[in-house]
Amino acid sequence: MSNQEINIELKKLLKQAVPPVQDAELRRDLWPQMLRKLEEQPLPIHNVSWFDWALASLAAAALLFFPGIIPALFYHL
Amino acid sequence: MELRERFAAGDLEAFEVLFRQHQKEVYAWIVRIVRDTGIAEDLTVETFWRIYKHRAQFKPDGNFRAWARRIGTNAALDHLRHARKETPLPENLPCAPTPDGAVSRETRGLINRAFHELPAKYRLVATLALVEEESYAGIAEAAGISESLVKVRVFRAVRMLRKKLNSLRGEVFAK
Repeated sequence: MSNQEINIELKKLLKQAVPPVQDAELRRDLWPQMLRKLEEQPLPIHNVSWFDWALASLAAAALLFFPGIIPALFYHL
Repeated sequence: MELRERFAAGDLEAFEVLFRQHQKEVYAWIVRIVRDTGIAEDLTVETFWRIYKHRAQFKPDGNFRAWARRIGTNAALDHLRHARKETPLPENLPCAPTPDGAVSRETRGLINRAFHELPAKYRLVATLALVEEESYAGIAEAAGISESLVKVRVFRAVRMLRKKLNSLRGEVFAK
């Protein structure tokens, strides 16, 4: 028996030992389960990009290390 | 605003609509990989949780179905990696009947055992390509790998199965 023939035979045997799934239909609505998961595991904040966080950090650092700019900031607001 | 744009912006109602539209399809794909209805349900929910978590990465003009299938495949693969190696085929899963007397119970058991001992990434492609007869292109898209890599993994999976079977029962496939 050649390697190729053995492989073909093996594939046949595999299909008999591990038959394809016939009924893969979902029997119930999973939305309630989904809602529970969303409530149990709140999502981290994703709407703010890293760039916005970096800008906010820079601004906070500037205010902390150079408090003199605060009146100037208020003047321009 | 269009449904997918609303979803990408974090609208929960839009997500619910997409969930209800795609849950059956995602479940059907996952159950064919993990071969257990309960685990497939949990992984479907896990898939959509990942989808919602990474919604900002979704392009509203992109293919939601393909994106969901890829995330579902990754969730199923993670499960295969962490699940016990020798998981028996669940009794509650409706499968195609096997021809009587075609393969002995013992041989089926050995093949099943060798199959469940395959590393997860090989078991994934072997299940989809050899058992479920999915196209290589479809598997490649779902797994996020190239078609040629799918072919390589199927080839290696068959070779590993042969070796495992030889070690389990030398006389069956010995040359």
